[in-house]
Amino acid sequence: MRILVCIKRVPAPGAKINLTPDAQAIDATNLGFTISPHEECAVEEAVRQAEQHAGSVTVLTLGPPEAEEQLRSALAVGADEAVLMPTDSVAWDPMATARALTAGIAELEVDGQFDLILFGNESADSGGYQVGIRVAHALGRPMVNGIKGVTISDGVASARRETATSNEVFELPLPAVLGIKEGINLPRYPTLKGRMSAKKKDVVRSVPEHRPGGPHLIRLVTPAQQATATVILGTGPDAARGLVDVLEETGIL
Amino acid sequence: MSDAEIPQQASVVVIGAGIVGNCLVGHLAEMGWRDIVQIDKGPLPNPGGSTGHASNFIFPVDHNKEMAMLTLDSQRQYEEMGVSTTSGGIEVARTEERMEELRRRMTSAKAWGIESHLVSPAEVKELVPFIDESVIIGGFHTPSVSVVDSLRAGTIMRERAQALDAITISPVTEVQDIVVEGGRVTGVLTNKGLINAEYVVIACGVWSPKLAAMAGATIPLTPAVHQMIDVGPLETLQATNNEIGFPIVRDMDTFCYERQTGGSMEVGSYAHRPILHRPESIPSIEEARLSPTELPLTQDDFDPQLEQALELMPFLGDAEMRYGINGLLSLTPDGMPLLGETVEVKNLWSAAAVWIKEGPGIGKLVAEWMTHGYPEIDPHSSDIARFYDYARTWHHVEARTSEAFNKTYGIIHPREQWDSDRNKRISPFYVRELELDAVFFEAGGWERPQWYESNKYLVEAYADQIPTREHEWDARWYSPIINAEHLHLREHVGMVDLSAFAIFDVHGPGVVDYIQKMAVNQCDVEVGRAVYTPILTHDGGFRSDLTIMRLGDEHYRIVTGGGDGGRDAYWFKKNLPEDGSLTFEDKTSAIATLGVWGPSARALMESVTEDDISNEAFPYGRTKEVTIGGVKALMFRISYVGDLGWEIYVPMERGLQLWDTIWEAGQALQVRPVGGGVYGNTGRIEKGYRLMGAELESEYSPVEAGLARPKVKSADFIGKEAYLKAREDGPAAVMCTFTMESQVSSAGVERFPSGNEPILTADGDRIVDAKGRPSYVTTAGAGPSVGKYLLMGYLPTDLAVEGADFSVMYMNELYPIKVAVAGSKPLFDPDDSRMKL
Repeated sequence: MRILVCIKRVPAPGAKINLTPDAQAIDATNLGFTISPHEECAVEEAVRQAEQHAGSVTVLTLGPPEAEEQLRSALAVGADEAVLMPTDSVAWDPMATARALTAGIAELEVDGQFDLILFGNESADSGGYQVGIRVAHALGRPMVNGIKGVTISDGVASARRETATSNEVFELPLPAVLGIKEGINLPRYPTLKGRMSAKKKDVVRSVPEHRPGGPHLIRLVTPAQQATATVILGTGPDAARGLVDVLEETGIL
Repeated sequence: MSDAEIPQQASVVVIGAGIVGNCLVGHLAEMGWRDIVQIDKGPLPNPGGSTGHASNFIFPVDHNKEMAMLTLDSQRQYEEMGVSTTSGGIEVARTEERMEELRRRMTSAKAWGIESHLVSPAEVKELVPFIDESVIIGGFHTPSVSVVDSLRAGTIMRERAQALDAITISPVTEVQDIVVEGGRVTGVLTNKGLINAEYVVIACGVWSPKLAAMAGATIPLTPAVHQMIDVGPLETLQATNNEIGFPIVRDMDTFCYERQTGGSMEVGSYAHRPILHRPESIPSIEEARLSPTELPLTQDDFDPQLEQALELMPFLGDAEMRYGINGLLSLTPDGMPLLGETVEVKNLWSAAAVWIKEGPGIGKLVAEWMTHGYPEIDPHSSDIARFYDYARTWHHVEARTSEAFNKTYGIIHPREQWDSDRNKRISPFYVRELELDAVFFEAGGWERPQWYESNKYLVEAYADQIPTREHEWDARWYSPIINAEHLHLREHVGMVDLSAFAIFDVHGPGVVDYIQKMAVNQCDVEVGRAVYTPILTHDGGFRSDLTIMRLGDEHYRIVTGGGDGGRDAYWFKKNLPEDGSLTFEDKTSAIATLGVWGPSARALMESVTEDDISNEAFPYGRTKEVTIGGVKALMFRISYVGDLGWEIYVPMERGLQLWDTIWEAGQALQVRPVGGGVYGNTGRIEKGYRLMGAELESEYSPVEAGLARPKVKSADFIGKEAYLKAREDGPAAVMCTFTMESQVSSAGVERFPSGNEPILTADGDRIVDAKGRPSYVTTAGAGPSVGKYLLMGYLPTDLAVEGADFSVMYMNELYPIKVAVAGSKPLFDPDDSRMKL
């Protein structure tokens, strides 16, 4: 079984996110880069499924050359192959991204179709919820988002999605596409050996074609932060009266 | 008081609640300080500085005495606080060169009284069963290596101050400005209001330069990355049920360490490229994903270490990398901390560039310094005043710390010179020195010839008097040309570039009283006389030793060594009368100095001046204005090398002409250029002349150093009371000169100690005086004219007997030595007849 996971390099910011002066990007001067927690789970799920079904895992990303770091991280936790579609400074909207990924996947499928393509539910930075579904649509494959459980047997993926009150279970004939949601598993950390072998693996490069036409970024805006204030009610026994007042106000007492 | 309020008045504001700030407030409170305010922009107990991510282990052995003493004191304090676990630690060697370094560390361990052992690979394996002993050839085991809880220690120290009702602690308080009025700090403006303060201490680690800049002061350090990762879980470690159950391993040759932390292993590295940050670009607490000083790991930099860690500890291979950071810590141009009052702003102190291992010791030291005027442990090499202006620039800090980073676990030769940021201070003689193939060492930032390759032919001339240094280590940063220059100077005459001298002129009404207050010896002398004198701390220990010349009724010139100019300038300026009646001028950059010494020195100088420089007209210890060729110069009849001659002071731009005049005239007298190897070492040691920072430390008095004059002047001076008492009490130790009686090692090679080695009984036992001070080599060097290799060092008074036998340890082997001189009488030319012709 061949599984593909599409991932995206994103900054890993702290509580306060700074923008570049032109408001076109996050100022990443002191930031590390990562992939979204959904994607980490998608990689983990792919590795587990591949282990279970004697398959292989390919990770694919469209991003700056530095995104090789995220591919190697995926290789370090068990992915077998990595493909980088390096971008230049042109802005890649979800449509353009999906088109390029679709073309990239088609190229990779010359060696045989992917039985399963996994995306993170949404990216950690722009959160557009679009690329996975667009790729699935372009490939003409069934796709479900928000998946927190996958079982594969007899050419069918059984995918579970949680709702507020119950679980929805979808059965998708393979080849299929799934949007994986954080919580489906607990992703492993890389081992030292894993990291070292990932370092030695080749990363395949495939230059994407950028076709304009989708929505484009005008600027990023930092939303107004909700102001919170800490009130110290007192220390020791002096705090008791204030605490009782608060508990009464909030209806707990 | 609500959280938003802070006191408007404080005796001292300590900025920073890391290991240093916390230990400082605890000690200040215990020494009687009240109304202390401690602030930090972060929350407690971990405000987000380097302390919060420190590895927290302590290897006490250090070649540097000051650092070893501070570390030992810190270990004691952590122990007493109950936050220390003794794990032991092993430095392992993969190469023979490293094994030799470990033997050298054995020597330092012995010197400072720390138990250590050399161990075989099999013995390392016994202590640390999970290593692959086949990749190492030995180890250096220190059973007292400990791991501490530095955050808990900080809390305990703050609580001690709180228990004494001495402190207000205000976390989450950001400094907006440090207020300075008339050169003195008066307060700290925070986001919660202004705190008026008599003293302010910057103990902000990597942020310190930024804070200092608010006051117009400098704290020359840089935030630098030290990478570490956490690897686990590992069953072997989990089974110890302990934070630390196995000795810490330093894999010295790969510049990395492995330290158990609970069920996992922390692997830390000093092998990656130097990664420096600027204090102002460190992310804020809100912007940082972990903490401001735990930046994202740049994995590529760390990868080579993984392989090396795996070689040594194969069981790490299947463990997971769960945490990794580019942790920020503080680096300084010379690797030592930055302590003391800033030179720019009165009452603004620095307690920065301090690591966990020395934190409590330094907290105590700075508290003592602020309380009593000087600390118990001599802070000579940590004193922030040691740096000249050039060293307070980013350019220099960046260059030196980048060069030093990969030497953190490196093997540093005691004479090793820096590569980076050289040629900063160039004497007017430099062009000639280049022509004469000088090999330059750095002295106070100056390029100073250590020896001249053009004198190589002299080595053959004196071949029978110059031992060959067969061992590469002993021959490193050394040349037999030094010995040859020495012998030539003793026979003929030599020219020595002394431009690295720091020179200060003080003048104005009342200058006599001022100089008298500063100096131990009588300086109220006639114009034209010069006085060599100790400068003391209030406790009567050495703060400096230097020469003071009286150049006019109201004009003195202070001349001190290039290495100590910064500290001395600070001290003299600090003690100037507040009324501004005296002028203090630093003339170091304006005056070039040339030394001319040797039996032919007078003949040479008489050939270039018409002034009378005969012994009668120009006796020893006097200065005189003369004309040399066309150059007006101040000549000073003195000698640090033990032969007749002068120091000659001229305006910087006339220096080259002075050199050329003397050089040309000297050809007939076989004049040769002579380097610092003779001036600072062989010439001096034969004469038993003391050097600040070596023989002279604040822990020793002039009585012990053999520099007490028969009489004490009636005028008051700093340290007088303590000095009088020291004279009454008599010395607990006596400075001695030793001869090495055999230098042949077990391998049959002659060895040459370089300083800081322990002086032991003939049987190899440590010697400690009544005040707890160990005997060790303060200076080592050849005595070409006495035909022996010489050592200087203190002995307890009852043992300081001429002719008595002792031993010195060098590279973990004992060599027999003998007391040649107890006291200050020179070994060479004891009556000083050569100098006083």
